[in-house]
Amino acid sequence: METETAITKSQPEPGDDLQAPLLSLHDVTKSFFGVTVLHGVSFDVYPREVLCLVGENGSGKSTTMNILGGVHIRDAGEIVLAGADYKPRGPRDAENAGIAFIQQELNIFPNLSVEENLFMGRFPQAGKRLPIISFRRLRERARELLAAVDLNVPPQASVSALSPGERQLVEIAKALSLDAKIIIFDEPTTSLTSRESERLFALIERLRSQTIGIIYISHLLADVMRLADRIVVLRDGHVVRRGPKAAMTVGELVNAMVGRSIETLFPNRSRRGATGTTVLEVQGVSQPGIVRNISFSVAEGEIVGVAGLMGSGRTELARILFGLDPFEQGHIAVAGQPLTRPEPSACISAGMAFLTEDRRHEGLMMEGSVAANLELAALPDYASSPIGIIDDRRLHQRMAAMNEQLQIKCHNLGATPVKTLSGGNQQKVVIGKWLLRRPKLFILDEPTRGIDVGAKQEVNQAIAQLADQGTAVLMISSELEELMGMCDRILVLNRGELGGIIERSAFDSEAILLAAMWKGIGT
Amino acid sequence: MRVVRGHDAVLGTACASCQLFCVLVVNTTKLAAERAGTWNLRRRAQHVATHSQALVIGLLAVYVIGVAIFVPQILSWQTFRDVVIAMLPLVVAVIGQTFVLIVAGIDLSATAVMGMGSVSAASIMTGTGGYLAGNALAVPAGIFAFLGVGFLVGVFNGICAARLRMPSFIVTLATMMFVAGLAVWYTTFHSRSVSISNLPEPFRRIGYGTVLGVPIAFLLAVAIALVAHGVLSRTLLGRWLYAVGRNEKAARTSGVPVERVVIAAFVISAICAALAAIIYTSRVETGTPVLAQNLFLDIIGAAVIGGVSLFGGRGTVMAALMGVLFLTVLDKGLQLLGLSLFMVLAVKGSVILLAAVLDVARQKWSGPR
Repeated sequence: METETAITKSQPEPGDDLQAPLLSLHDVTKSFFGVTVLHGVSFDVYPREVLCLVGENGSGKSTTMNILGGVHIRDAGEIVLAGADYKPRGPRDAENAGIAFIQQELNIFPNLSVEENLFMGRFPQAGKRLPIISFRRLRERARELLAAVDLNVPPQASVSALSPGERQLVEIAKALSLDAKIIIFDEPTTSLTSRESERLFALIERLRSQTIGIIYISHLLADVMRLADRIVVLRDGHVVRRGPKAAMTVGELVNAMVGRSIETLFPNRSRRGATGTTVLEVQGVSQPGIVRNISFSVAEGEIVGVAGLMGSGRTELARILFGLDPFEQGHIAVAGQPLTRPEPSACISAGMAFLTEDRRHEGLMMEGSVAANLELAALPDYASSPIGIIDDRRLHQRMAAMNEQLQIKCHNLGATPVKTLSGGNQQKVVIGKWLLRRPKLFILDEPTRGIDVGAKQEVNQAIAQLADQGTAVLMISSELEELMGMCDRILVLNRGELGGIIERSAFDSEAILLAAMWKGIGT
Repeated sequence: MRVVRGHDAVLGTACASCQLFCVLVVNTTKLAAERAGTWNLRRRAQHVATHSQALVIGLLAVYVIGVAIFVPQILSWQTFRDVVIAMLPLVVAVIGQTFVLIVAGIDLSATAVMGMGSVSAASIMTGTGGYLAGNALAVPAGIFAFLGVGFLVGVFNGICAARLRMPSFIVTLATMMFVAGLAVWYTTFHSRSVSISNLPEPFRRIGYGTVLGVPIAFLLAVAIALVAHGVLSRTLLGRWLYAVGRNEKAARTSGVPVERVVIAAFVISAICAALAAIIYTSRVETGTPVLAQNLFLDIIGAAVIGGVSLFGGRGTVMAALMGVLFLTVLDKGLQLLGLSLFMVLAVKGSVILLAAVLDVARQKWSGPR
């Protein structure tokens, strides 16, 4: 069902008082190569508010922000920034006009110090004309800025030694030093631990009390609902919903984003719980500083979730199980066979599959075609011994058959490069790669990270289907809701230790969070 | 004298115009790709640039016709035969190099392997004081020595690059210097001069013999090319090589034994260098440590001209062949035109540079291999 027609004109909204907007977009239009990606986008940003921009991938969020950031130039429409017409010709113009863009891929020099990063391009000089940097003044001003964002590191520290969250704070400090009027956050929490996210949210709250307007873009609706004063929903380049947060529910947001109502993000599974034999048996696995004494098992057809804060050892545990990282003590057995050689190739021949959280660097060959990626793990099954000649006909038949089920959207499996696909379709390629091997155990690390709501549903559907066919699934996610929707059991990790195992009947987000954050609670 | 000079000037112009043509082709492709309004046109323009075999053949045809205006004998059967025979060792060595380039490595030690193989095999086979002089096993043992040198150097390079994670550039540069030095030193024990001659007749026949009118060396090179093509396009090892070159981490996560694949690439490269040395040594009929010194630049240059990427993950045997053909014909044409050696080097250098520019451009627009 279509929720509503696109709103094209900006109207005054209730609750905005008589304050003038800091930034207004009127009918901003942009097309690339004859394809219109923004159809008259209009919205306002007021000082002292957080405006959240949500929408699926490809809805036009990034294009809008790139226009504001001076990366793209709009085709038509007006932008007014602090009462003046705003027409940036490059990122430099945007910076000078007071628009700061905190991006997913942080633009920071990791080999330089914090203070050098803060003042890159405008170092305080000793004397008026002398081309000599005054490090004393540099340090003083850097200290002030770091204090303003509550970052407790020495200004001369190298940025490479900082965590992603701390680097982000450095960038925010830089934005503040430039007298930013508008700060744009694009998916700021993707590389942060939850503690760092909390810190970021606190900082955003504080920035809000100054006369700064904040635009916050995120896929994580929980964060959006928490931070937003007002929300703008984009779909296919149109503003489809706009209003104060109080007037919206998460369900409405999702409906507006996908343009159809999603019955449920999580498929209904006919069969639940451990029905078959044990596939994965983990006993007392320890690696100093990473995980300690982890024991659990996963049975055929069962989906077991792993919850825990960032840094709790979730991803590390998965990497140990798949032989990517070493472990010192303990036993791992797959289908009754102990894993003696911890190597991905050995794990794969034992029937394991692994979807990595780092799709771009570890999951896919971005330059390769869809087919080249799909076939990679299964190749040995299609090679004749002893020379290893590949049976391409059988392989392509199998790939085509599998794609009937997976529905990867691409022109031609053999020719379309993976990098041209959307995030969701790329993730399907990774899943498809492992499906070709018919794995006994599938370990999924953040399977729905960075993909839009519609694709999430499809990916979850594929995982459930896999479990229904008898594969044991171990699924890691930082979205608790997703784990509770998908899993039969949830393991909770807490600082490298098993904080508890919770059965589906006892699922309760508070109990899980408690087990993740406190020691020794749970069963 | 004056006539010759005038001749030279004309030829120089011809050459320059050929180069200009190359530049034009590259630029127009680029421009077309950037300007083309629709996605389709853009794709098509990129297609021409990324499928460089057609481009190489086109350029080659233009070049040959251009040279033929001044020196018609470039179109003779004799020239064709000369070119094909001359390029055989290079073909085999470049095919080997392609394997290493595909895994995003580089093998600078190929010419040193050729020199060392040449003198060690010659020291066994030579009639004047060879270890197995006059023995029936001399030739098989000599061939074994060629391949043995290749295998050892290849395994060493591979282990350094894969297990010890050293950059292959520096590893193979070091082995190149070491092995080349070793070859000269080794020669001093077996010969007063810089080479070891008097090789047995059956071995020399590889160089000059024919089967049904076709040179044996040619048949050997064709067989090597066919096997290499089969390995790259049809086998598990081939797919793994491309996967490692495109994304080593993803390959490892997908169960590809990355270390073994990289070692295999270096061993194949060095074995191919050894096979090239067999063809070359039998043709010059002496074992010499400086056997392939003049090929050092050409091996990597030819691969890049053909479209084998220095960034890894991209390259075929056909591309290697095209690159060698282009470079050898270029060389021959410039010789026929009577250009001086430094002029030939300068032209070759600029052509390789152009090919590298195209490689970078291709990397930017890259589609599947």
